[in-house]
Amino acid sequence: MQHTISVMVENEFGVLSRVASLFSGRGFNIDSLSVAPTNEEGLSRMTIVTRGDDKILEQINKQLNKLIDVLKVIDFTDGSGIEREMALIKVTAEDESRAEVLRIVDIFRAKIIDVTPKSYTIEATGNPLKIDAILDLLRPLGLKELVRTGSVTIGRGAKGWKG
Amino acid sequence: MKMNGARIMLECLKKEGVDTVFGYPGGTVINIYDELFSFKEIRHILPRHEQAGTHAADGYARATGKVGVAIATSGPGATNTVTAIATAYMDSIPMVIVTGQVPTALIGNDAFQEVDIIGITRPCTKHSFLIRDVKDIATIMKKAFYIARTGRPGPVLVDFPKDIQVAMGEFSYPDSVEIRSYKPTVEGHPRQVEKACKMILEARRPVLYVGGGVVLGDASEQLTVLARKLGVPVTTTLMGLGSFPGDDPLSLGMLGMHGAYCANMAMTHSDLIIAVGSRFDDRVTGKLATFAPHAKIIHVDVDPTSIKKNVRVDLPIVGDVKDVLAQMIKFTEKMMDKTAEFVAAMEPWHQEISAWKDKHPISYKSSTTTIKPQFVIQKLRELCDENAIISTDVGQHQMWTAQFFKFNSPRTLLTSGGLGTMGYGLPAAMGAQAAFPGRQVITICGDGGVQMNIQEMATLVQNRLPVKIVILNNNFLGMVRQWQELFFDKRYSQTCMELPIDYIKLADAYGAKGFLATKPDEVEKVIKQGFAEKGPVIMEFKIAREEKVLPMVPAGASLNEMVLNA
Repeated sequence: MQHTISVMVENEFGVLSRVASLFSGRGFNIDSLSVAPTNEEGLSRMTIVTRGDDKILEQINKQLNKLIDVLKVIDFTDGSGIEREMALIKVTAEDESRAEVLRIVDIFRAKIIDVTPKSYTIEATGNPLKIDAILDLLRPLGLKELVRTGSVTIGRGAKGWKG
Repeated sequence: MKMNGARIMLECLKKEGVDTVFGYPGGTVINIYDELFSFKEIRHILPRHEQAGTHAADGYARATGKVGVAIATSGPGATNTVTAIATAYMDSIPMVIVTGQVPTALIGNDAFQEVDIIGITRPCTKHSFLIRDVKDIATIMKKAFYIARTGRPGPVLVDFPKDIQVAMGEFSYPDSVEIRSYKPTVEGHPRQVEKACKMILEARRPVLYVGGGVVLGDASEQLTVLARKLGVPVTTTLMGLGSFPGDDPLSLGMLGMHGAYCANMAMTHSDLIIAVGSRFDDRVTGKLATFAPHAKIIHVDVDPTSIKKNVRVDLPIVGDVKDVLAQMIKFTEKMMDKTAEFVAAMEPWHQEISAWKDKHPISYKSSTTTIKPQFVIQKLRELCDENAIISTDVGQHQMWTAQFFKFNSPRTLLTSGGLGTMGYGLPAAMGAQAAFPGRQVITICGDGGVQMNIQEMATLVQNRLPVKIVILNNNFLGMVRQWQELFFDKRYSQTCMELPIDYIKLADAYGAKGFLATKPDEVEKVIKQGFAEKGPVIMEFKIAREEKVLPMVPAGASLNEMVLNA
């Protein structure tokens, strides 16, 4: 089962490699990982999408917590989080397909951020399933390049992560 | 007062109460050594290899309970410490390893003797630091010691670039340390502890399954009180030996692959396993699917990741084992009636255990012509001091020591349980002897492992560390040979050490004494001669070459499928 985990980490030297090598060393999967500083100084937030049964997920949570630089681990499996991802998509757009690309972009409320006579570059944001869906529609038209940020997730409701 | 970074490092060690360090000089630590030259408060022991120096710091830590300290230079000096760091990590030994590093401006440039030691040791350290400013040395060292010794202890590496060692700064050591992302749980949750006690008092076939955590947590006394008060039998892992008196009637001895028949049978037939500071290692559980099929499991450990990692747990208690056991004692005292009833109801269980003990005790066939290794261990036990510290290497001799020595007190057995590091025994004994100059320190080795750090004979002689080195010599890598005999049709591939070594001459070459026994009736004499010597000694025993460690649970088999005679 796929899980999305947020990890609050001290912005210390080598913290990303500690987390990454924990996953590789113990044979845990990483489907995606994103990391950036937060509003709180010295603190970064990682969002890791991983897979495993309950036992593995429990170990992932505990092992992450065991890392000295990890302040908090939040597991958003129960739909308690809002998940978003951004993709930059370069797609072939010539002649009749130009209009089709624009229609798809419009339907998905995406944006064209770069145009050439032969291509569009699109910025699409949404939950990962939505990104998958727009890609499925664009693929037959000629996908030239794709960058996805990986998921970021935040909890629902008025409370911040500290409660 | 302003001083350079190297001096600040030494002042930090002094503040932490470090009296002995094990280290090896080199280009990127030369400034530390220059300061050490006139720094009299810290004793420095120079090993002949950084691996051995770091094992010595580990042995020092295991014997004393204090944080062991090792120093190595950058590059090869640092990589030589890796096996010893991994050894300490697997057995949760508190250590701080200071490695020199090339100047910060050169990091990443493939400089001479540069290696990314933090990267290399990341999976086998509890934590690591790279010092990047002279201002940070004191805080980092304070944190390093704090992290090494608290929670589940472990080795912490501090990488110390040369330019920071020469940079000038003020020394001021922080009084306290606060790491918001690191707060180990000490006190067990009272409600969980209460539930555990109730489960225990309802059980009829309980076993205390005790690991190295009880030794590391200095909880032997609490464990012994609780076990005796309730009359619950105790089995220990290799790392737990000594945490409960081996000659107590409640002791089942060691369990697992080479454990006692009664211990493995008790686990298999138990209705409640109380795991304390142990981690259900594969050498303990055997085949997981058939492990303790009738038992509920209570697991007390300071490290939450140990709980439910390998086996299902019915009642987890995260906390310091000493604290939790003390809470348990208090709670059971409050329930005296229930406790008395419980003790009485366990009578059939004790009878069953005692029948298993009698059926297949740990034993061997004695011989009047060849020296049986088990006989040597028994004789050593009989003739050594009561508070002697024993270290071992890894292999058959290690298991014979575990089976036959009957350890009665904690921190008297130093052995590489988790990583299984050959070459550990001699340097670990060196570290223990440095900590306790007046105590008898014996290392029991095979002829394979002893050669992996034999160069430390020089360190022993030079520093007047009178370690007694016992070599059980069968001219084989015995444990692998045993597996080859049992599971590979006696195809002894590369396990015969064909060149016989004259260990007596070898001892002589280092300026130590050597004694040899080739017949059983010489064993006692050689041990007495060895023990009588003031300096370091080799005692070599030519043992029965194809003696096996038995009983044995073959890898992957269930605990009750023991090979008893083969």
